Amino acid sequence: MSDLKQELKEKIITQLNLEDIAIDEIADNDSLFGDGLGLDSIDALELIVMLDKDYGIKLTDPKEGKKIFESIEVMSNYITTHRTK
Amino acid sequence: MKVEKLKIKSYCSILNNKVMLNDQLLFENRETDFSSFIKLAYKKMDTNYPKFFKMDDLSKLGFLAADILLKPLTTDSEKINNIALVFSNSASSLETDRKHQDSIVDKENYFPSPAIFVYTLPNICLGEISIKHKLYSENSFFIFNHFNAGYLYDYATSLINTGKADEVLCGWINSDKEDYEAFLYLVSTEGSITHNKEEIIKLYTTK
Repeated sequence: MSDLKQELKEKIITQLNLEDIAIDEIADNDSLFGDGLGLDSIDALELIVMLDKDYGIKLTDPKEGKKIFESIEVMSNYITTHRTK
Repeated sequence: MKVEKLKIKSYCSILNNKVMLNDQLLFENRETDFSSFIKLAYKKMDTNYPKFFKMDDLSKLGFLAADILLKPLTTDSEKINNIALVFSNSASSLETDRKHQDSIVDKENYFPSPAIFVYTLPNICLGEISIKHKLYSENSFFIFNHFNAGYLYDYATSLINTGKADEVLCGWINSDKEDYEAFLYLVSTEGSITHNKEEIIKLYTTK
């Protein structure tokens, strides 16, 4: 597993308070919303703040998040391409 | 207006690292801080609701105390329960307000957390309880300097006698820094304790 994917899983569990979920239970291609991890709209906003704060990526349209936060794999690829820090 | 003789059906308190239902001790753990204690209490009560971990301390406190009292009443998901919620405290959502303020005070490091911001109102706790127990009922959250038994008595009595609610879950949930306290009681037409100001004060002070 790449360092970034591992880092993202750790951050998602910690920052979104996913108390009962372990890192190895999140597969790289699992859906983060809906039937996957079951994240909600507040979690989506929290992830947008995380992109800005930790990777210097500002999403101007929150709807973009729907695609970017599809899975750890997609998020990791997006961050790798767009990060400014 | 139909005037009912109202009773206190059950009551619950959470303070000093103890969870009590009526006069029965449900859980105690003196060795931990609030954060660990409430998590252990949640697990002990078999409250299967992962969103609990996302709540602020005030909501965790109110949610758990309410869940202990409401769980036996709301197991039938088809039944509509007209149980009103009337809560009160003195600190409002101050603890969470401070956390939010800390995240916006530095203009160079301005990253307010949406997950914290949503809890900067005390009545969010009532929403959490209503969602879990599918309540579409009246709810109010009052701020007083101290526990106000007379006001809660009048409000609950009025809600039931005017047909606005069948039962009312009332009480006090307060959380500020390391001080926390929850005392909730269910007003109903059934029960063994008379619903009056003196009994409410007695239950509150002997919890």
